[in-house]
Amino acid sequence: MTTGLLIPIARVFATLSLVSIGGANAVLPEIRRQIVDVQGWMNDATFANLFAISNAAPGPNIILVSLIGWQLAGLAGLLVATLAIMIPSCSLAFLAGRAVNRWSGQRWVGLLKEGLVPVALGLILASGVAMMRAADHDALTIAISIATALFVLFSRRNPLWAVATGTCVSIAALHPGLLHLP
Amino acid sequence: MELQESGREETRRHVSKLELFLGFLKIGLLGFGGIAPWARHVIIEERRWLTDKEFAAILGVGQILPGPNTMNASIMIGDRFQGVGGVLACLLGQMAMPLVIVTSLAVVYERFASVPEVRAALVGAAAGASGLVLGTALKMARKIKPSLLALAIAVMAVVAIGLLQWPLVPVVCVLVPLGIAAAALERRA
Repeated sequence: MTTGLLIPIARVFATLSLVSIGGANAVLPEIRRQIVDVQGWMNDATFANLFAISNAAPGPNIILVSLIGWQLAGLAGLLVATLAIMIPSCSLAFLAGRAVNRWSGQRWVGLLKEGLVPVALGLILASGVAMMRAADHDALTIAISIATALFVLFSRRNPLWAVATGTCVSIAALHPGLLHLP
Repeated sequence: MELQESGREETRRHVSKLELFLGFLKIGLLGFGGIAPWARHVIIEERRWLTDKEFAAILGVGQILPGPNTMNASIMIGDRFQGVGGVLACLLGQMAMPLVIVTSLAVVYERFASVPEVRAALVGAAAGASGLVLGTALKMARKIKPSLLALAIAVMAVVAIGLLQWPLVPVVCVLVPLGIAAAALERRA
């Protein structure tokens, strides 16, 4: 029943792979449009659930795509979707990396790499800001975000301590009514 | 301690395939909120494979290509130390545990989604993850000590993408030439 879906799954995600500049979060609206509107593989509520689950799991954000594959066609769907989203962009990154290395003696490659440093910095900072806008709904969650950022900035300890503390604070705040559940 | 680490950091010349696999296995396993903050933590602070500046340059190349920027960076890191085998070690390492965890979560989701404590934990973890990404970028900025021009370009990226929520591709198309121009200007100075 589901094996017929494998080829369209591969086609949809391999195409998305090639346009996904900025990773899965940047092309999230396009992923939703393809899965829900164009292909009609699931409704909006199911898609939102999968997005929430993939955010709660560790790992590269493209595991959302793996999870969609799993939902549509089980283990085979998971593997096909994962490989389809990875192979095109990974091959391109491999070739680009080799090209940059090969011409690393050239002045323009040095300039390119140096010029990309502030852009990369700014984009990571921007994705932090965008994530805060999505995740923080009240004073408590804003405080957790800022405290975690300060911990990372001023400590060399494993950042997992800060995330674990924030999670515990959030659970503890639930019953006194300090936390607002969206 | 902070003073010591701001000195010239020594990085390693040789990293084996097994080390790459295990390093990225850890990065994938820890990688809440995306793997970029954890990649920096493990690659630079814990194992000293690269300096902040080398890492940011590789991440910058990874950023302008399609695909997740950290995954693109991991491909270049794997290739740099161990060629194609290193690339596969990095990719397998970062995907293995997250795939197992995300499918397990999906399986138990139906049962626990209605428990308020579980939803509170998700809210807290999401808030923490966003702070993590923010703190990592600030830490990289502090270590790299960008010039005023470079800083201005980083701020433009934050305003355009983070605050105004403009589409990524045109913003990158404008900022990358600006960044290169700034780098060229500073070399001349």
